[in-house]
Amino acid sequence: MENERPRGRILVQFLPSLTGLTRRGLAGWAILIGFVIVAAMAIMTIISPWISPYNPIGINVGPILSPPSRAYPLGTNHLGQDMLSRVYSGGTVMFEVAILSVIVCIVIGVPIGLFASYTGGYTDKATSLVMDSIYAFPGLVLAIAIAAMLGPGVVNMALSIAVVYVPSYFRIIRSQVLTIKELPYVEAAHMMGANSRNTLFSYILPNVIPSIVAVATINFADAILTSAGLTFVGLGLPVSTPDWGWDLTYGRRLLTSGAWWVIAFPGLMVVLLALGFTLMGEGLSELFNPRLQK
Amino acid sequence: MALLDIESLVVEYHTTKGRTKAVDRVSLSMEKGHTLGLVGESGCGKSTLGLSTLRLVPPPGKIASGKITLGETDVINCSDEEMRRIRGKQIGYIFQDPMTSLNPVKKIGAHFVEMIHTHEPGVSDQDALKRGKDVLERLGILPERIDDFPHQFSGGMRQRVMIGLALALGPDLLIADEPTTSLDVIVEAQIIELLKELKKSLKLTLILITHNIGIVAETADRVAVMYAGRLAELGETDDLFEKPMHPYTQALLNSVPNITKKGQVLSWIPGAPPDLAEPPPGCLYHPRCPHAFDRCTKEEPPLMKHNGTYVACHLYDKR
Amino acid sequence: MSLRSYVITRILLTIPMIILLLTFVFLIVRILPGDPASLHFEKQVDPQLLQQFKHQLGLDKPIPVQFVDYLVGLFRGDFGKSMQDFSPVSQQIFSAFPATLELAIWATMWMMSIGIVLGVQASRHYNSAQDHSIRVFGTASYAIPVFFLGEVMIMIFAIYLHWFPAGDRIYPGMTPVGLTFGDFHFATGLFVIDSILEGNVQKLLMSIRYLLLPSLTLGLVLCGIFIRLTRGNMLETSQLDFVTAARARGLRERTVVYGYALRNAFLPILTMMGLQFAALLAGAVLTETTFSWPGLGRFLVDRISFRDYTAIQGVVVFFGILVAVVSLAVDILYAYLDPRIRF
Repeated sequence: MENERPRGRILVQFLPSLTGLTRRGLAGWAILIGFVIVAAMAIMTIISPWISPYNPIGINVGPILSPPSRAYPLGTNHLGQDMLSRVYSGGTVMFEVAILSVIVCIVIGVPIGLFASYTGGYTDKATSLVMDSIYAFPGLVLAIAIAAMLGPGVVNMALSIAVVYVPSYFRIIRSQVLTIKELPYVEAAHMMGANSRNTLFSYILPNVIPSIVAVATINFADAILTSAGLTFVGLGLPVSTPDWGWDLTYGRRLLTSGAWWVIAFPGLMVVLLALGFTLMGEGLSELFNPRLQK
Repeated sequence: MALLDIESLVVEYHTTKGRTKAVDRVSLSMEKGHTLGLVGESGCGKSTLGLSTLRLVPPPGKIASGKITLGETDVINCSDEEMRRIRGKQIGYIFQDPMTSLNPVKKIGAHFVEMIHTHEPGVSDQDALKRGKDVLERLGILPERIDDFPHQFSGGMRQRVMIGLALALGPDLLIADEPTTSLDVIVEAQIIELLKELKKSLKLTLILITHNIGIVAETADRVAVMYAGRLAELGETDDLFEKPMHPYTQALLNSVPNITKKGQVLSWIPGAPPDLAEPPPGCLYHPRCPHAFDRCTKEEPPLMKHNGTYVACHLYDKR
Repeated sequence: MSLRSYVITRILLTIPMIILLLTFVFLIVRILPGDPASLHFEKQVDPQLLQQFKHQLGLDKPIPVQFVDYLVGLFRGDFGKSMQDFSPVSQQIFSAFPATLELAIWATMWMMSIGIVLGVQASRHYNSAQDHSIRVFGTASYAIPVFFLGEVMIMIFAIYLHWFPAGDRIYPGMTPVGLTFGDFHFATGLFVIDSILEGNVQKLLMSIRYLLLPSLTLGLVLCGIFIRLTRGNMLETSQLDFVTAARARGLRERTVVYGYALRNAFLPILTMMGLQFAALLAGAVLTETTFSWPGLGRFLVDRISFRDYTAIQGVVVFFGILVAVVSLAVDILYAYLDPRIRF
């Protein structure tokens, strides 16, 4: 008997092509705009070494604390560093941390989610209890605790953030698995003799992937905001790295001297990046789980 | 004098596709004590017609033209306050789904008390509760259950509660909008029996809106058949069932299994109800009508009296 | 199930969660690479001094013993000792807590009022430009880091316009003292209330002036979800059957809107408030740092710069217990208001 391969079919159903997005209403536009923003910023960060007029971490490349001018379009900070160059390359750390933490989350959260909810019983209950406890905790505080113990560094920051967000993946996968497990075509597959592993990979996993993508996108946004938060409380990277988070942290002390440009531009960048991911995430969630709208 | 008089009512829905006529120039009149069965497919406008009598057509629907008179009051043009006073007190309305029609966070007793207080402010809480209990008892529910919440009742009992609320203030007119559609057959039979008994003992005027032509046969004095927002046929129940005139009515009756008719071949009506945003020209039913002829595609048939029954069909229009 | 049995069941469920959390924090501080005591000191320390140091804090005992001490201590309200001066952390926690509480209360007020008002507005003008711009604001506000918004607010309202102070909780010497009656003294630690109790209008106005920017900042960043929730719920409930049925019974419009539509739409809003409490605390940490607000958040950040790991542990545990207790309270309140879930 021919074995049906629903995997590919379901995937194709769920992956909308970029051009078709505009026809999918408000959610489609959100995804598109979000994607454009994120892509633009990613490209900017990648090519920053070539487009930065000055070395972003070079001290005294310009006068200290000078407002935006011809020579230094975004001004300079208290160390005489050029803000424009810092803005171009300041996203590096954030992107690295975000990507790393999302990867860790998926690698850890997805298998646990699939396994625990599919197995059911005590495994499911125990894992859910642990995940719910972490989920209920204020994310930043937990990340702070972990980052404080691990020390500075991109990997450590990523790990701290990952631990906080694993429960989000777990929950969404669990709810999906529980629904799909009961669907008639999965039961039918069982009757035709598919074993657990086969069911899990061929049937459940492809259906769960869209939700994972949606959660991952929002996870990116959270990771960026959390990494900025960690930097702000002093748990980020050494001062020398160009990072928007650092500019926002140090910029605070410069507020009283009226140097608004030190925080304004990096801050705007963080907002834009987080916004881009949020738009994508919200749009994707809407698309995959449409809420009944009037 | 008629209790309820509807003249040429037009109700339109303003949607992104344009204006559709959910109710198109329907006229009806109800004498006191009579029961009218209003039948038709889903979406034919019968619920909208029912809600119009209370001016509760949900947006984007709007009453566009026509006249509705209840006793001496002009329902369409009266003030909001007058309308509010009519609702519940002069007209009782039973909704289709009892599960979603009751406030889930209020006890049943609270529903009664609230309603009685709104219309008869002088009544004390105890008296109001007592009246509620009496009503429940009459409908076959234990009076102690007045302290329960809606989700603690079964579907059939919830519908009885709804009937009780609709009748609590002794209205003259009761409109039941698909009262048994969400119930199983056995409970449905009970509810219909209940309605019949109440009709007799309370001398109610009843409009029974349903797509189930069967229950109309045993409860109604007259039957009105609606199709795509228009009246197709309106006549005495016996006449309509024995000699249905409009092809749509005939098709409807043929599609209901009849245990007494031997060798009956179940038929169905081919096609689908028209898209009201782009209605077909002439008679709205002609695309599905086996007897359609040339005139049907061009001219809309007017509602005309023929042998005591009103029918809108060119077959009976000898002009 | 009656309300009482629901409450008992719920409490019984919360206890394992709290214990799990406590264990988690305990493990984080000890299992991760590096021993907390040595990490505290930047440079190499004389081993004997280190041993003494560890002994003072109970960090030299075997881990299982430490764990039991830890749990028992928490039960008695002991949150550990600070690495800096061996003072009990609980003392500083409880003295810093009222500041955070006041900030959280006011931020919640802003969050709910802005969220609900904008949400209702959006729902009443469905699909209009107003509706769309409010929705965009609701989504975008979450993407703004709270400390950035705080800095912007300080920039504009404190430094440029001089309307509000740029930080701190009160002008030195102006701390409200609360109710004093001879020897009897009562103060809540919440300055607004205390200045009312004291009857001092000047202190009241000053307290509010200092409180406004930080609480507004925190409230703005978190209101987005409330805007969307209120809008969605109001749109749904106003069309629901029981609302129409209520109108059909001739109830007054005001009763219908407030007693039926809003009352049912409100419950999810209440739950969301409980869920947002954790986010509120997290945001408070950053807000307090930005505005130099002397609360638990700033205390935590402070301790980080001193590498005071035992104190950090104490504060984090306190946060955890606080969140668990608040969500328990919200669940109970919800069960009281909505009889459906008790059964």
